[in-house]
Amino acid sequence: MTTDTAVRDFHPRAHAALNNPQIRANFRKAMDGLMSKRQQAFEGWALDTLREQGAKARLRALAKLPELLEQLETQLTANGIQVHWAESPDEACRIIREICEARGAKSVIKGKSMVSEEMHLNAYLEAHGIEALESDLGEYIVQMAEETPSHIIMPAIHKNTGEISELMHHKTGTQRSQDVEYLTASARQQLREKFMRADVGLSGVNFAVAETGTLCLVENEGNGRMTTTVPPCHIAVTGIEKVVEKLEDITPLLALLPRSATGQHITTYVNMISGPRQPEERDGPEAVHLVLLDNGRSDIYQDDELLDTLRCIRCGACMNHCPVYTRVGGHTYGTTYPGPIGKILMPHLIGLDEGRHLPSASSLCGACGEVCPVKIPIPKLLVRLRREAVDGDQLHPSQMSGHGVKRQRFEVMIWQSWAWLNQHPRLYRLATRITTRLRKLQPHRLGAWTRYRTAPRLAPKTLHEQMSERQRGKPLAEVKR
Amino acid sequence: MKTETAQTPVKIYPPKPDKVYFYGTCLIDLFYPDAGMAGIQLLEREGIEVIFPEGQTCCGQPAYSSGYHDQARSVAASQLNLFPEAWPIVVPSGSCGGMMRQHYPDLFADTPQSSQANAIAARTWELTDFLLHVCHIQLKDLGEPTTVAMHTSCSARREMGVAEVGPQLLSQLANVTLVEQARAAECCGFGGTFAIRHPEISAAMVSDKADSLVDTGATRFVTTDCGCLMNIHGHAEQSHKPIQGEHILSFLWQRTGEAHS
Ligand code: SF4
Repeated sequence: MTTDTAVRDFHPRAHAALNNPQIRANFRKAMDGLMSKRQQAFEGWALDTLREQGAKARLRALAKLPELLEQLETQLTANGIQVHWAESPDEACRIIREICEARGAKSVIKGKSMVSEEMHLNAYLEAHGIEALESDLGEYIVQMAEETPSHIIMPAIHKNTGEISELMHHKTGTQRSQDVEYLTASARQQLREKFMRADVGLSGVNFAVAETGTLCLVENEGNGRMTTTVPPCHIAVTGIEKVVEKLEDITPLLALLPRSATGQHITTYVNMISGPRQPEERDGPEAVHLVLLDNGRSDIYQDDELLDTLRCIRCGACMNHCPVYTRVGGHTYGTTYPGPIGKILMPHLIGLDEGRHLPSASSLCGACGEVCPVKIPIPKLLVRLRREAVDGDQLHPSQMSGHGVKRQRFEVMIWQSWAWLNQHPRLYRLATRITTRLRKLQPHRLGAWTRYRTAPRLAPKTLHEQMSERQRGKPLAEVKR
Repeated sequence: MKTETAQTPVKIYPPKPDKVYFYGTCLIDLFYPDAGMAGIQLLEREGIEVIFPEGQTCCGQPAYSSGYHDQARSVAASQLNLFPEAWPIVVPSGSCGGMMRQHYPDLFADTPQSSQANAIAARTWELTDFLLHVCHIQLKDLGEPTTVAMHTSCSARREMGVAEVGPQLLSQLANVTLVEQARAAECCGFGGTFAIRHPEISAAMVSDKADSLVDTGATRFVTTDCGCLMNIHGHAEQSHKPIQGEHILSFLWQRTGEAHS
């Protein structure tokens, strides 16, 4: 199983993924489809305006996060939802186990929740004798394969239909088939039985509304609705940043989320959970809990720039559009959250030390920032984390834990020499001039560059030289080659 | 393909000036001076006097993107004084243009040079954008019929917001057919030090980019940035893929060359 502590093996995993034609094809096909669906879904929308609204709603919430969290707790409690605070994943796991134990619960059915992945909850519960079963189809497949999600919205996107069919046949005896409908129906049937028997349903949360004490949960398979209504107890887990101020803030976010994620105009289910079953109601859980996890988020909150990381609504659009993610797939990152959002979030959750390879694994092409529905300046945050990693700014000393972990004396020296040369124009001109004169001696091999490319060829005369000759009155024809 | 611009502020083009500063960039200086000369001559043909500050070296972008902001700032600071007059600064690169226009304000925030950096950012223009929208250039094609593809760099596209400019300039050339490759907006995998730190991923990206350019049937592509050019052209050359690249400015100048005025 991949865990967050294995991030350091990024390069070998990237190598393996790049050389696995099946992985390459699965991701390319899936990401191409998602990108074009997203584009279609926003046709006719004033997307910039909508993204601006989405960003504003999130920014407003983050600006008064502490107050909103207090308000949320008050409202939820008034609605009969019990609120628990967890500083670390371990603490969150323990809270959930205690709720289960107090009820004598032996089985938990789970809707999709990335925060529970962040907590490695399944393994924890299993270790304490509580069965945890994923009911989201993608998660169900991933669990069956004893893997982790490779995408935050589509956990099993790394597998094609054939691979899924083979897995289901092997594990559950389902007949082999290329028919997605058939495979889905078969999985559903097995899951239905589990739903009926489960003692606890566990879900994530997309937005927690402070004003009304409402938990909003979107999903497509109905498993979220079942998770939150069929078992006698529902536990929701989420990060502390998921709070929004008012119900109306959800409007732009709900327009953005499914379109950005899967190109859908709306998800099949939008659940608004506002409390346990009331005496006059015929269904719903008798107890509802919300576990709010910090896990480094309040540290991010202290920094005005890094704070933008917390705007994320977990749509996955940044990974769908990421040329690196598309090539290496989600498992290469070795983190709960892969792709661009993972690169800017994980260093805070696991430390810059563990996550040191993440910020550099980007060409800074900006595709992620361009599509992010809440306008997170992802490339800028990547540069910020690179700066933290090399402790590269004495004007703004690094603050993150693990800062300076990549600072190496040799590299610093190279950049210092580079800076020195470029601050002395005469020397720069002399050096470049000499370099071009020696171009016949230019090495053909330049390490990693020439493994896949020829070396760029030095010009006979630099632009500086050509311009100064020109100014001294040499005719242009001579200046040109 | 229409793409939304994430952080690009609204551009207000200035009226056509008498003079501009030309900021050549270090890659052009060393490897592609002809593209720089082409850009200068295109400007001059539009009746603009080009000032080439002798003290120019590098905009600081490589260090900035790598996180070495102290070094980036000291190099960038040495460039700030090169542009004393209020003339526009034109840059034949989306990447260096993006550094000056988008990142100088951040880099110099809280420093005494802050307002100077902001002023320079505001009058920095990517050269093709400047030719089209400030000079309102009209190109007269003198070349033989040919087909080209175009790769707009990610910084030109997303930081400078000029994705439409190159195709529009090329469409002015009567004998040039522009073909579009699949996934035109996808990065070529250069990314400066990314190509060195993550060579295999970068190679996978440039290989796909070269393939999609070859698939258009064109044997030549033009681009706004020397980084992409070095990357894609160099990869195609090394792996014998039948496509060659050049800077869009060189191409425009050759097609409309000396005889035209
Ligand atoms: S960072 Fe933006 S694009 Fe990526 S998952 Fe979060 S909201 Fe979506």
